[in-house]
Amino acid sequence: MRRRNLQLDAQGHLRHLLTIEGLKRQQIVDILDTAESFITVGDQQVRKVPLLRGKTVVNLFFEASTRTLTTFELAAKRLSADVLKININTSATVKGESLLDMLQNLEAMQCDMFVVRHGDSGAAHLIAQHVAPHISVINAGDGRHAHPTQALLDMFTIRRHKSEFAPLTVAIVGDIMHSRVARSQIHALTTLGISDLRVVAPKTLIPTQVEGLGVHVYHNMKEGLHDADVVIMLRLQKERMQGALLPSEQEYFQDYGLTNEKLAVAKPNVLVMHPGPINRGVEIDSEVADGPRSVILEQVSNGIAVRMAVMSMVLGRPPINTESEGAAQ
Amino acid sequence: MKISILGGRLIDPANGLDQITDVHIAAGKIIGLGNTPAGFEAGQCINANGQIVCPGLVDLRACLREPSQEYKATIASETCAAAKSGITTLVCPPDTDPVADTPAVVDLIHHRSMQAGFARVLSLGALTQNLEGKQLAEMGALKAAGCVGVSNAHTAVKNTQVMRRAMEYASSQDLPVFLHAEDPSLANGGCAHEGAVSVRLGLPGIPEIAESIAVARELQLIEQTGVRAHFCQLSSERAVKMIARAQHDGLSVTADVAAHQLFLTEMDIGYFDSQCHVRPPLRTQRDRDGLRTALKRGTVSSICSDHQPHDTAAKLAPFPSSAPGISALETLLPLVLRLVDEDVLSLPEAIACLTCHPAQIVGMGSHLAVGDCADVCIFDPEQYWELTTENMVSQGHNSPFLGWEFKGRVTHTLLAGHIVFSTKT
Repeated sequence: MRRRNLQLDAQGHLRHLLTIEGLKRQQIVDILDTAESFITVGDQQVRKVPLLRGKTVVNLFFEASTRTLTTFELAAKRLSADVLKININTSATVKGESLLDMLQNLEAMQCDMFVVRHGDSGAAHLIAQHVAPHISVINAGDGRHAHPTQALLDMFTIRRHKSEFAPLTVAIVGDIMHSRVARSQIHALTTLGISDLRVVAPKTLIPTQVEGLGVHVYHNMKEGLHDADVVIMLRLQKERMQGALLPSEQEYFQDYGLTNEKLAVAKPNVLVMHPGPINRGVEIDSEVADGPRSVILEQVSNGIAVRMAVMSMVLGRPPINTESEGAAQ
Repeated sequence: MKISILGGRLIDPANGLDQITDVHIAAGKIIGLGNTPAGFEAGQCINANGQIVCPGLVDLRACLREPSQEYKATIASETCAAAKSGITTLVCPPDTDPVADTPAVVDLIHHRSMQAGFARVLSLGALTQNLEGKQLAEMGALKAAGCVGVSNAHTAVKNTQVMRRAMEYASSQDLPVFLHAEDPSLANGGCAHEGAVSVRLGLPGIPEIAESIAVARELQLIEQTGVRAHFCQLSSERAVKMIARAQHDGLSVTADVAAHQLFLTEMDIGYFDSQCHVRPPLRTQRDRDGLRTALKRGTVSSICSDHQPHDTAAKLAPFPSSAPGISALETLLPLVLRLVDEDVLSLPEAIACLTCHPAQIVGMGSHLAVGDCADVCIFDPEQYWELTTENMVSQGHNSPFLGWEFKGRVTHTLLAGHIVFSTKT
């Protein structure tokens, strides 16, 4: 019982979105298809569909975030939900009110969905275990564990440029060890059945036994990027210099920073991606980030459609109605 | 009170006894086995037909939370849980608040346990003052106050010179040193075994070498200083192999393992089950098997509970922020009996791991010959029962074994000839 996949209901439908791990390929494809139906909403004159009218979505961000928070807020608003943002720094948690006490109070105010970001791995699971049955939880990043909507928007972006996942070679470059984004991307890409998934970084940034997740490990950038269809760069946090993980940003950029020269060994139509925010001159050269193969900004706008899809799906609306109601606007 | 225990299967590993016989008790001591001694008239008879009669269990590590954390548990509540579980002697680590680095704290713990009267509580004194790893604690005074050994608990002594001096001094006082082998910089910030599960869940890892590197350092210091040393709650196959090698080379070291490490692995964490957050962390299947083999071969001689009762809130947190530890007194004997069912140990061997072996490490006896102290555990080896929060006596209900069905249940516990627990009279 304990190991039941908490995010699925008895029929196997999404009730929460906590992690990509354990989702079926078809479930991921369904989310991407639904997101496709929302992509035009942003271009309409009235950028709203009434799917979540009367629902209340609470953004609970225990960690700072600009992009994820904003796109979740926009997504909820475009679905006509009421959105509440709890600023955790000034909230009662600092006064010793426990996480779960705080949730009970919010539940008492008749909320329908919690979008949670927290610094501890497993925080979203903990919350999902304890919320009332009518409430859904969406993980917006928990510690080093998972960031499922980021991975889904990355898959969405890849699918818009590459017709099929199966033949692809994808390289994820950078701080795999501390990255929840990388973990979710790895689960998504292996579930979608890509042929060659690589992680590229020095040993200090690669967790032991990462091969068990279905990736090939490279320590040399040029070997790792050879013939790649997609290159995903990860953000390097400045504090990694302190833990004796890296000597300096300069040396990191020298060996693992993405430049046009290093990118030359990849396929000519390679996609360059980054979950943002980017550190220019640390993990990626401006020339590449702003160059023709970069889809970094496209990822951001796709994030809204993907988050709309996830929110509407976990709150139980069939995606077909979604489209027709959206078109009726 | 004069008591006769009639018709039970007496298993006393220290004396090599395993036979169906009667046990007669008066004035807190065993006064006869078999035939009733002349002139003895029992005030109470315990019918032990079909049951096992063995020495009271000795648990080498139980945190009782008092002084300072009475909201988690008290000496009275936990010794009561011990009595229910057949445990008559508990060894309490020094990491209380205040730390047990003065006789006053040791006296308080002793006094409270005497007041409660459910179990004998032995204290380990601090190895260094306030467990800071800088200045030696007053080990002579701690020994005089009744401490059976010294330990720095889970706080590593980083400075190797301090550790060497502490061992030398403990050796001069003829006190055994109890060691928790964990390199603090390698374990820093970790909460799960560094391996397949930690990488999947994104949990900061504690590598196996955090244990084995510490064991390597301590073994060399033990050899150098000649101190009597005991390794507490080893978790990895590599570490127990190093202990086996040292024992083979003639070094006098002993080791124990926590019962849960013989059954659970990192896989049991599932999706962040904080009940499986323990320290040292649950490791791999291979480590679990290695610990079982070490037990079979006698490298590891004792099994302890590593009892750590917590309040509910301590476990209601994201895995890395939850408090490590299991409320484990009540599953100690049932888990060890399961090892018998799984053919890891014979029944007398299993009982030895809970009685005479740990007793020897703290310098006390644990046997049931005529003239011995009547600490006795009687259990029904065939009774099935399920662990639930309702039937737990410990104030802490934090256990990954809730809902498990166990075979073997304590029916009576005697402490110095007094019945401190019985299912029915």
